[in-house]
Amino acid sequence: MIRLENLTKLYGSFVAVDDVSLTIPAGELFGFLGPNGAGKTTTLRMIAGILRPNGGRVFIGDDDVHERPLVAKQRLGFIPDRPFVYEKLTGAEFLRFVAGLYGQEGDAIERRIAELLEVFELTSWRDELIEAYSHGMRQKLIISSALIHRPACIVVDEPMVGLDPKAARLLKDIFRQFVDRGGTVLMSTHTLEVAEAMCDRIGIIQHGKIVASGTMTEIRRQTSSGDASLEELFLRLTGGAELRALAEVLGGNGTAAR
Amino acid sequence: MMQPSLAHVLQPKWRTALQRMREERQNGAGKLVALSIVAALFWLATFGILYFVLRYFRGVEELGPLLAGKLLGLVLLSFASILVLSNVVTALSSFFLAHDLDLLVSAPVDWLRLYLAKLGETLVHSSWMVALMAIPILAAYGVIYHGGWLFAPYAVATILPLLVLPAVVGTAVTLVLVNIFPARRTRDLLSIIALGAAAGIVLLLRLIRPEQLARPEGFKNLLDFITVLRTPTSPFLPSEWATQAIMGYLRGAIDPLPLLLLWTTAAAFVMLGALLHRELFAAGYSKAQEGAERFVKGGAWNWMLHVVLSRLPVAKREFVLKDIKLFFRDTTQWSQLILLAVLVVVYLFNIKALPLHRGEDVGFFHVTLVSFLNLGLAGFVLASIAARFIFPAVSLEGRHMWLLRSSPLDLRALLWSKYWVGTLPLLALALLLTGVTNVLLEVKPFMMIVGLVTISGLTLAIAALALGFGALYPQFETENAAQIPTSFGGLVYMMATIAVLGAVIFVLWQAVYSYVRAVYEHQPVVVDSWMIGWFALAAVICGAATWVPLWVGLRRIEQLEF
Repeated sequence: MIRLENLTKLYGSFVAVDDVSLTIPAGELFGFLGPNGAGKTTTLRMIAGILRPNGGRVFIGDDDVHERPLVAKQRLGFIPDRPFVYEKLTGAEFLRFVAGLYGQEGDAIERRIAELLEVFELTSWRDELIEAYSHGMRQKLIISSALIHRPACIVVDEPMVGLDPKAARLLKDIFRQFVDRGGTVLMSTHTLEVAEAMCDRIGIIQHGKIVASGTMTEIRRQTSSGDASLEELFLRLTGGAELRALAEVLGGNGTAAR
Repeated sequence: MMQPSLAHVLQPKWRTALQRMREERQNGAGKLVALSIVAALFWLATFGILYFVLRYFRGVEELGPLLAGKLLGLVLLSFASILVLSNVVTALSSFFLAHDLDLLVSAPVDWLRLYLAKLGETLVHSSWMVALMAIPILAAYGVIYHGGWLFAPYAVATILPLLVLPAVVGTAVTLVLVNIFPARRTRDLLSIIALGAAAGIVLLLRLIRPEQLARPEGFKNLLDFITVLRTPTSPFLPSEWATQAIMGYLRGAIDPLPLLLLWTTAAAFVMLGALLHRELFAAGYSKAQEGAERFVKGGAWNWMLHVVLSRLPVAKREFVLKDIKLFFRDTTQWSQLILLAVLVVVYLFNIKALPLHRGEDVGFFHVTLVSFLNLGLAGFVLASIAARFIFPAVSLEGRHMWLLRSSPLDLRALLWSKYWVGTLPLLALALLLTGVTNVLLEVKPFMMIVGLVTISGLTLAIAALALGFGALYPQFETENAAQIPTSFGGLVYMMATIAVLGAVIFVLWQAVYSYVRAVYEHQPVVVDSWMIGWFALAAVICGAATWVPLWVGLRRIEQLEF
């Protein structure tokens, strides 16, 4: 379970995340949506213990990430949007290193490394330096590293970026199976079709505040939107008027696009 | 199609530089003041030394101007050689590996503008330090030979083409190399060649003992000496033209030919360089996108390391292993060991060359004094090495902090690993330097023990200071580890370390002095409470200089946000 209580983050006087409270129970895949700069990545990085909040608390299970970080983080797997990894390690060395950070080693981990590399079709690359990997391969490696210690919760920022259709499908299946077995996934994404198809519940964040949260049916009811699609709901909640203005600029006099 | 102006292509670079300066100003005046003081001291020292040398030369009839000209020729030749090397390395980054190249190459910017923009960038990046260094040197010439205010713009007009020429040559060399080898391989190759060449020059300069060449009595007669001085190093070297232009002006006999030669040659070289760029850049740039290293070697090494470190807890062990692997797989890092080896050889050679045990009986006092002062010098050398290898440790983790901070890794383990991975090799080197030096100096066992214990304490402190200040002033955006120690934080670290070294040496001298006096007066050496008190105080200083920076560094890493 992941629980956020009145989470707030300021950058100088700018409020990036504003008093966000949220509970994601075990066995749920929660989609976190919002326009660029709305506060999604900041929220996820606070949950992962990378950023310190100015107010509020983050719980993984019963443990506060900032008060009992070592215990809370044992249960967490984090997948960032920008995969910076150690370029001069091989794929297998990187996974072994990450397992070591979680205090895990030995034959079980070697088997787990082999298993994950196999699943993500990286076995033939296991002993090659990461600097030779493509963006998508790095993304697969980072996803493997987040799964290596068998976490109870996964926090993932834009997981589909750079993945080929096969890998994207594989990831969806992995996340689905993970929550079906009682795991918790908090996933931020811009791909609304993915969110609509995969997520049990969805939260939409705008200007650091959650403006709507719940199942698709609940959000439609909250916004009195009939049977609107997620895309329509998203645009309505996050500034569809701006999008129309943008369309006019791009297509209006026909010169800019040419 | 209309092309963007050169100024437009360069705009992101100078705007970034301006913004950086603005940010620095907002961060307070302290940094600016500290940097200004250090720069002013350095300039004053260079100016002062040269001022006295040139004043002495001016007093020598006939020979004076010849000597001054020869000295300037040597200085400018050294500058030109350093610049060619540095431009070769810089051109590789600016022409083939920089992040803005994808944008520039994919935009409809013509080859000439791209060449001139990147040549300018390469020139500024690799020449600014040499240009700054030239200011006090030329100022001393101007003052001694009464060059007047007009000498300043004249000197700039002379030096500028001398900076352009190595930039063009360096860029051309890189262009050819990248077309032969892949860019990343070329970078590895170049860093080894550049460091090897630099190390070679240092070694050669020291081993030929230039101090002996400064004695005119070594020449058969005065005429030979003057003939050597009058002969230019080579009439085809631009540094020689620059020397003739400057010395001619200072002697009041202005000859426009050398200046004309400099400018026309620079212009011709830029044109030839541009043509070469037109022919080779596209193919080289394409090749630069390939060729990342794929396979790793050293299985036996890895196995051995695993065995040696097997007793450590898993997180610490994996961290240490990772750090060692990254160091030895990154050519820009491990290749610095070449320079380090040369430094050690030169250091020991200097001690061996000291005229302490040549014929006449040099007193025990001098040997002990040299051995004692050697501790400070060795400390300084170790501090410089720690600045290279330990200071960047936290900065280099910057991009990977998402992983370390989201995992249950105790940050103390991170700091612990960084500290010992850096400290143990440094300690081995410290003991080697001090031990061998003391053997060469033939010191007594007392000083040997004092030396080895002190240098061990100092090494622990120096490594902690490097790590602590590295965490206080991290440089997360820098990709090249070799640039990190030259930052402001590196300067503050060196100042703090020198202060600690000074304090420890001062405190220890109180104890060592009573030992020296006892031996000198043929009294028995008594290790009394006075001596023990000073030794204890030195230990406390070393202990505090170890513990406090590590503690502050840990607090800082905990507070850092990514």
